[in-house]
Parts: sequence; C-alpha cells; structure tokens
Amino acid sequence: MPVIKVEGLSKVFGKNTKQALKLLDAGKTKEEILKQTGSTVGVNRASFEVEAGEIFVIMGLSGSGKSTLVRLLNRLIDPTEGHVYIDNEDLAIMNKKDLLRVRRTKMSMVFQKFALFPFRSILENAEYGLEIQGIAKEERSKKARTSLEMVGLGNYIDQYPSQLSGGMQQRVGLARALANDPEVLLMDEAFSALDPLIRKEMQDELLDLQETMKKTIIFITHDLDEALRIGDKIALMKDGSIVQVGSPEEILMNPANDYVEKFVEDVDRSKVLTAYNIMKRPETVNIEKHGPRVALERMQKEGISSIYVTDSKRNLKGYVTADDASIALRSDVTSLLAIMKTDAPTVTKDTLMNAIFEISHNSPVPIPVVEDGKLLGIIVRGAVISALAGQGEVNLTHA
Amino acid sequence: MLNFMENIEKLPLGSWVSDFTDWISDSFAFLFDPIKNEFGDGLEDFADMLAAVPPVIVILIVAVLAFFLSGKRFGLAAFSIVGLLLVWNQGLWEELMLSFSLVLVASLLSVIIGVPIGILMSKSKTAESIITPVLDFMQTMPAFVYLIPAVAFFSIGMVPGIFASLIFATPPTVRFTNLGIRQVSEELVEAAEAFGSTGAQKLFKVELPMAKTTIMAGINQTVMLALSMVVIASMIGAPGLGREVLSALQRADVGTGFVAGLGIVILAIIIDRFTQSFSLKKGTNI
Repeated sequence: MPVIKVEGLSKVFGKNTKQALKLLDAGKTKEEILKQTGSTVGVNRASFEVEAGEIFVIMGLSGSGKSTLVRLLNRLIDPTEGHVYIDNEDLAIMNKKDLLRVRRTKMSMVFQKFALFPFRSILENAEYGLEIQGIAKEERSKKARTSLEMVGLGNYIDQYPSQLSGGMQQRVGLARALANDPEVLLMDEAFSALDPLIRKEMQDELLDLQETMKKTIIFITHDLDEALRIGDKIALMKDGSIVQVGSPEEILMNPANDYVEKFVEDVDRSKVLTAYNIMKRPETVNIEKHGPRVALERMQKEGISSIYVTDSKRNLKGYVTADDASIALRSDVTSLLAIMKTDAPTVTKDTLMNAIFEISHNSPVPIPVVEDGKLLGIIVRGAVISALAGQGEVNLTHA
Repeated sequence: MLNFMENIEKLPLGSWVSDFTDWISDSFAFLFDPIKNEFGDGLEDFADMLAAVPPVIVILIVAVLAFFLSGKRFGLAAFSIVGLLLVWNQGLWEELMLSFSLVLVASLLSVIIGVPIGILMSKSKTAESIITPVLDFMQTMPAFVYLIPAVAFFSIGMVPGIFASLIFATPPTVRFTNLGIRQVSEELVEAAEAFGSTGAQKLFKVELPMAKTTIMAGINQTVMLALSMVVIASMIGAPGLGREVLSALQRADVGTGFVAGLGIVILAIIIDRFTQSFSLKKGTNI
C-alpha cells in the first residue's frame, strides 16, 4: 500500500488560478497561460504513488516545479487543486491542527541550504522538532543524541552550525529530520550544495542508513546521476508536469519522450544497469539426470560451446565445454561430474555493469548470475557491449 | 487665472488640529490625569532613588558592567569612570541621574510598544502599509511640535517629556523589528514550519532570535533619539541636563551650556556603547 498518494496536484501562483487551470485543461502551455492570465503554473496535475520504504526521486531542471511539488506535499505551499494522501488522510484539505500533527509526527524535511538555526547548538538543532511538540527535555535530548550518533556527529553536540563544514551541517539537518522518527522524509536538493566528493559520500551514507531505517524518502534533485544512484523510482518533471515515472532502468532504457531521452543520453549506463537487466535465460543440463551426450546435443542445437550444470533445484554446480563433452563421449565417461569445471566467476543480479565488463573480459564462458546458489541467468559478452551502447534487449521488471 | 488660489479660502487646518487636541485632552482626561499623577510620581521617586545612590557606587557599577560588556577590555570602563567623575565634579550629578531616568523609562516604553508593533508589521502587509507612513510622519515632524499636545495632555514636567520622546523615539524600534523579522531567511522559516511549529513557536524560537541583532540596532537608535529628546523636552519643564542647557541658552552663557552639553555627550556615549554591546553579541554564544 502506498504511504503517499498524490492525485492531480496543481499549484498556480497568481490571481486567476481558476482560469489558469481551465487553460491547462485546454492544453495551453505554461508560457501561454502566463501571457493570458499573468499566473505562473508551478505544478501541473501531478499524480504518483510512493510505496513504504521507497526512495522516490523527483528530478528536473531548475524551474521545473520540483521544489514547489515537494512543498505541496507538506503544505508549506497550499495547493490550488488536487489531493495529497498520507496514510489515507488528505493533507490538502485537513485543518490546521491536523496539519501540525502530520508535520510533527509523519513527515520531516531536509533543506538544500541546511536551514540550521545558527543560534542553537547542534544538539538543540536536532531537538527542534521534538521541542515544539512539548517533549520533556531529557527525552528529546536522548532521541536527538541517538539520531546525531546515527549520522556520525555524536561528538559535536555542543558545537554551533557555523563551526561545522557543509557536509557535517547537512548531517545535522538529516539528524534533525530523523529525530522525530517520521514515516516520510522530504529531502529538497539535500546534497546539491555539497561538493561532489562529499555529495557522493552523503549519498552512500543515506543508502546505508536507509538499509536499517526503511523510511519512505522523497528526494528532490536536478542531478540525474544522483537520481539514478539513489532512486528506487524516479519521476521526471518538466514545466510543472511529471513527464515520466519509473525505475532508473525504465527511465534510462525507455525514455517516454524526447525530453527524457535528451536528459539521459549522457548518462554512464554502466553505472546504472545491473546484471539482471542484461542476463539471458540459460541453457542447462541437470547433473542428476543428464550425461555428456545430452550436454553435447543441447550445445549443438543452440550453437554454443559451453553449458551450465545444475541440480534439480537449479543450484549451480559448474559448466561443461563442448570439447570436454565430446572427449568424454568417445572415452565412455557417463558422468558429468568428471568433466565439469567450476572456475567460472559468478555475479549477483545487482552487480553493476561496469564490474561485469571487467569479469566478462577474462571469462572463457558466459557469466552466470547467481542468487542463493541458484542460477538465475547468464550474461554473454555481446550483451554487455550492446547494452553499454544503448542497444539490445533489456529486462526491466524486477523479479 | 494664475491667482486662482486667492479665491480659495485658507483651510482652517490648524484650528481643526487644535480642536481635535482639545477634544482628546477633555475626553481622555480620565486617562491622562492618573497617568500624569501616578506615573509622574513614580517617575520622580525613581529618579530620586537613583540620585540618592552615592555617585561612587554608581560609577563603580557602570565601570564593572562596561568592563564585562565590552569583552573584558578597559577602554569603555576607563572612559566611564573619567566621564562620570567629571560630571560629578561639575555639580551636575543629580541632573545626570534625572536625564538618565528619563531616557531609561522612555526607551523601555518605546521598546515595549515598538517591538510588538514591529512584529505585527512583519506579519501583515496591510499593517505594514498603514504603519509605515505613520512612522515617516512621526519621524519627520519637527520634534518640538510634539511638545505642544504633550503639555495639553499632561501639563508640564517629566511625563509630557516622556510622552514626546515616545513619539519621537519609537519608530526605529518598530522599523528594525519589522526589518529583522522579514530578513530571516525563507528556508529557516520553512524549516520551522515543516517541523510543525505554531505561529508563536516560529516567532519566539526562530524569528525573534534570528532578528535579535537587527532589533537591538533599532533599540540602540531609539535610546539615542530618546536622549536627544531629553534636551528638547526641557522646554516643557522636563528636568535634567537639558534644563541646564536651556537656561544657559537663555542667558547666553556659553560655559555652562558647554559643560551641560558635555554631560549629555558622556551619557550618550556610555549608553550607546552599552546598547551596542548587546546587539553585537552574535548568535553563536547566547
């Protein structure tokens, strides 16, 4: 069940919001509406769902409406139209008291420029969300400490924000957001103000944290690499509209339109595609039933020079080459065990393509993709190269 | 054609204002009289109390405060000692204390009235567009003019002096409070809201602490203006150093006038550095 469900969410800045919405229905562009009504369309009928524990990235260039969209989600900006359901409560129409409750307990926000309170110590900053709920000093201090320790700032609690580096300040921002233990974390370009090395470090750390905390994260960014790196799902925005929602692979391999295609054409695919995306169904022989004859027949039929050996439960045992099989056949060896080789390097379905590329280079046989000892598929060298070139078939739905 | 103004009678603007002032003075006498009497008595008691403290003790307290407020440096403390001793030596100690109590009370009232108005202005565009021209009016109208209704409402003495200086000195506090709150970065305000702050929590936990430096600068201005009003208010019988200046002026006595003026300068410098030291303290070590 989705934690957040957004339906037809729109924001028009200006006076003639009703008229602007009508013009939107009539298919007018943002510029035409600005000219006719003087109103600016911030977000145009956004609809999407975010599942629990998912990192949902909203991506777009500046002016695409992504920052407005995230502010509509916690109603820092009031929507002109549409609904935002969090746990089936409609945030867009709820009263002030309920809104405060949702903001205090269900969603926290991390800001691009950190937005730390300069006159409060690190601990007091992390305590802020708890303090305004009226939680007793001791308890909130304990929770804030725990969350500061989670982001690795346990030793800095008495410092002030100006004494910390940008990366550390954003850790405080993250700790402050986590101290409330919210279900949903809204991150508005949270790492964009950091330099590239620190940004990557923070992305890794967020992913590490996410392993254990399993929050629902809505992450705004203008950086496609960042989106592909951390997103479970990506929504691409342009001129206030969501152009495409999908997994990183879907966005990359099947861009919905020219805009998305242009966006993704410079992306280093090898850092995004995984073994799962390019593996093929393997030809196998069963070690419990088959001998060298069956193995050789299958290889000849499929026109391949080696075949993988599994047991009845599809556990990978090894592989047999055509040469070995024909020698075995001539010398009346009936068991595959005698000629089976086990030196093939294996990968998992999440191995990134740039790693596979190295392995496939040195492997005499297609690379087996293995999960819990079971053979899921194989990767032939040609598939790696064609996928890197942006061609060839790619599996998009995760098992 | 060019003389068309001759055909238009002079608007009785002046008498309107007079009538209006009279009306206020009569209708609100029930309010003004107790202020004049009770508040006036209180003020005098306060001034007397200050004057009753032996000068040595006052000077010592000021010096110690100056030392710590200026970050444990001796400059301001030394200046305070020398300056205050000089005033004492010139036989103006009692006048100094009277002036100081006027400034103190007027400034306190200005802050108590000004900060909330400034907050209101920062929160409401309508309030801002109404109050701004009023503040402009209050600040550009020659300060002497306020003395006239002040006398009408409160007769002469300390109370009308404080009334006039309230009108004259409050605007900077209002303006700077408004400015300081409006200057708080939008992201910080959003952060406060995103965590579910109520309006009051946002104001007291984020906006006012962030605006503190700016507001203190406004208060510093207010105190300085109140001090300048002390001299002017002597024309309606407010006691203190201003009265010495005024009487020297009437007798064309340069020497006495200069000495009393010097006393005001010394008081001004000490008060200015004291209030500045509050505003310069940056947020990192509250």
